[in-house]
Amino acid sequence: MKVEGLTLKRNRSFGRARGFPKGQDSFLRSRELTKKEFHPQEWLIHQMLRVAGFSSILIIGLIFIFLFKEAVLFFTTAHPLSLIGTWDYDAWEEKNIFKVMWQAASVVPKYSLIPLICGSFLVAVPATLIAALFGIGGAVYLSEIASARTRETLKPTLELLAGIPSVVMGFFMLAVAASLIQDIFHTKFRLNAFVGALGVAVLTIPVVMTIAEDAMRAVPRELRDASYALGATRWQTILGTVIPAAVSGISAAVILGFGRALGETMVVVMATGNAALVTGNVFSSVRTMTANIAAELGAVAQGSEHYYALFLVGAFLFTVTFFLNFVAEMVLNKMRSRLRM
Amino acid sequence: MNGTLAIPIPNLRSRPIIWREVLLSVLARVMVIIPLCVLALILGQMVWGGIGTISWEFLSQVPQEGMTKGGIFPCIFGTLAITLLMILIALPLGVGAAIYLVEYAGQGWVFRVIRAAVNNLAGVPSIIFGLFGVGFFILFVGRNVDHVLQTGLLFGQPCMLWAAATLAVLVLPVIIVSTEEALNAVPQSHRSASLALGATKWQTIRDVVLPQARGGILTGAILSISRGAGETAPILFTGCAYFLPRLPVVNLFGVIPVINPFDQFMELSYHIFIMTTQSMDAVQTLPIQYGTTLVLIGLTFLLNLTAIVFRIHFRKRLGCVSIQ
Repeated sequence: MKVEGLTLKRNRSFGRARGFPKGQDSFLRSRELTKKEFHPQEWLIHQMLRVAGFSSILIIGLIFIFLFKEAVLFFTTAHPLSLIGTWDYDAWEEKNIFKVMWQAASVVPKYSLIPLICGSFLVAVPATLIAALFGIGGAVYLSEIASARTRETLKPTLELLAGIPSVVMGFFMLAVAASLIQDIFHTKFRLNAFVGALGVAVLTIPVVMTIAEDAMRAVPRELRDASYALGATRWQTILGTVIPAAVSGISAAVILGFGRALGETMVVVMATGNAALVTGNVFSSVRTMTANIAAELGAVAQGSEHYYALFLVGAFLFTVTFFLNFVAEMVLNKMRSRLRM
Repeated sequence: MNGTLAIPIPNLRSRPIIWREVLLSVLARVMVIIPLCVLALILGQMVWGGIGTISWEFLSQVPQEGMTKGGIFPCIFGTLAITLLMILIALPLGVGAAIYLVEYAGQGWVFRVIRAAVNNLAGVPSIIFGLFGVGFFILFVGRNVDHVLQTGLLFGQPCMLWAAATLAVLVLPVIIVSTEEALNAVPQSHRSASLALGATKWQTIRDVVLPQARGGILTGAILSISRGAGETAPILFTGCAYFLPRLPVVNLFGVIPVINPFDQFMELSYHIFIMTTQSMDAVQTLPIQYGTTLVLIGLTFLLNLTAIVFRIHFRKRLGCVSIQ
């Protein structure tokens, strides 16, 4: 109450000093200053900007709706179990066997997701491991060791690496790297999951490195100083203080990198050989979910079972990457709010 | 002398070298050097393989003899045309979204949800955009527009318009993030000054904030053009053609040639893809593959370099402003 009275008094004197008669300042406050004028143009622009602002949410929603709308139609004609395997007569074995394979164009079409998921992971897991090794190592260098000047020249150069179109990377792996790798490892297939994984890793390294570096640089200086003051060396500080403090951001970087690696399309469609096999061998040809869509969607009739099956693969892939992105976003948000405190 | 305590000062310069420290530092350096070497290797290989093919004829002629000879002019034209259409769609939407986020949305849950959506959109696999383009733009929007306007099968088919729209959705996060950064870099005091002079919020944004953020918005636009030019998966099914004997051009009123957004088109990245995987004779066309790749990589790198130089320049200038 006391404070309120004080401000009121000061306002009154302010009004008088500006030459208003004694009674008018309250009128002035209530009518002109507190009531906002309505500008139709301002309102219209605000609404238009709001629509643009919400467009990202709208697009994510539309992707969800339009992938799942087509994907559920798969179940009108096919049995859910066919996503794992299909009973089919085998001429070689001369009996019905349970076939876990993707063979959309055969007499008895088989839509097992297992070989595709297997292929996707066989590419994405090695790619993420490589990208995490180089990404985190590089982030340590950029954030803790390099001088500001070196960092300012290296970061844009690494951005150029991120700017390589994935089709160019695919061409490079297919035309140049594949034969080299075959010579080194003596693999049976020239195009295999490992070749694809290397190409995907190169494209994923900048993603991991950028986010991991941001996370390490966000670690307060005081923590490092405290560590040094206790007599720790530079690497003891990095391994014992900086990395544990930034671990949530670094793990978010790796999760995001994994999402990127799962979603990479052109490199895998060109460099992994595209044979839908259920295998654990990184040197065998595989077919990923992304490559499967890219290779087959152009040749299917719209509205066929095969068409819906491809949308189902897409819906599954989208759900997985959406979940990964969501988790990474949550982790990063938590880290940001903690560091702000 | 007598009263002071003699504190032994450790000689920091002559600390013993700890080999583990040195080894780890070298290792961390290697982690950056190897990716850079890979970058150099890729660039070098593409230049080495492609430079012999690049000639005026290669850049200005159409593919001949079952695409085993001739040039790639239709692909270059298609890439330029589709990125132009894409940026026309994406730039207003992205800049609008960023303005809303920075100037209107505040810091509450609306801001956080939109932020999360933008970040998530940036991580959606590119092939998913391709599926989305087919399912939403062509089959839903296109077919329904045809139905309403009675235009037969004009909108409901793969064409440049839908390919550009799909790419626009893909590059939207790039534009939003860089515009946001540019808007945030404009000092708050400039907004306050403008508002204090009686300008409305939109007048402030239009005449004070946006002119200062121009550099950052341009950077975002260039980056997204480079990204869009390099993407293949989203346009695989939304309008790319293996071979077209004509350019996607229509004569407006019979005289003015303009890009025809309802035609299919050839595109550089798609051309590389089909030449390497579906060409009749992959060995014979290898020079064309290298040449096309060199053109594409040259285009995207040039755009990226321009964007980086722009950003450095623009950050420097804004830094000066805020110090003053």
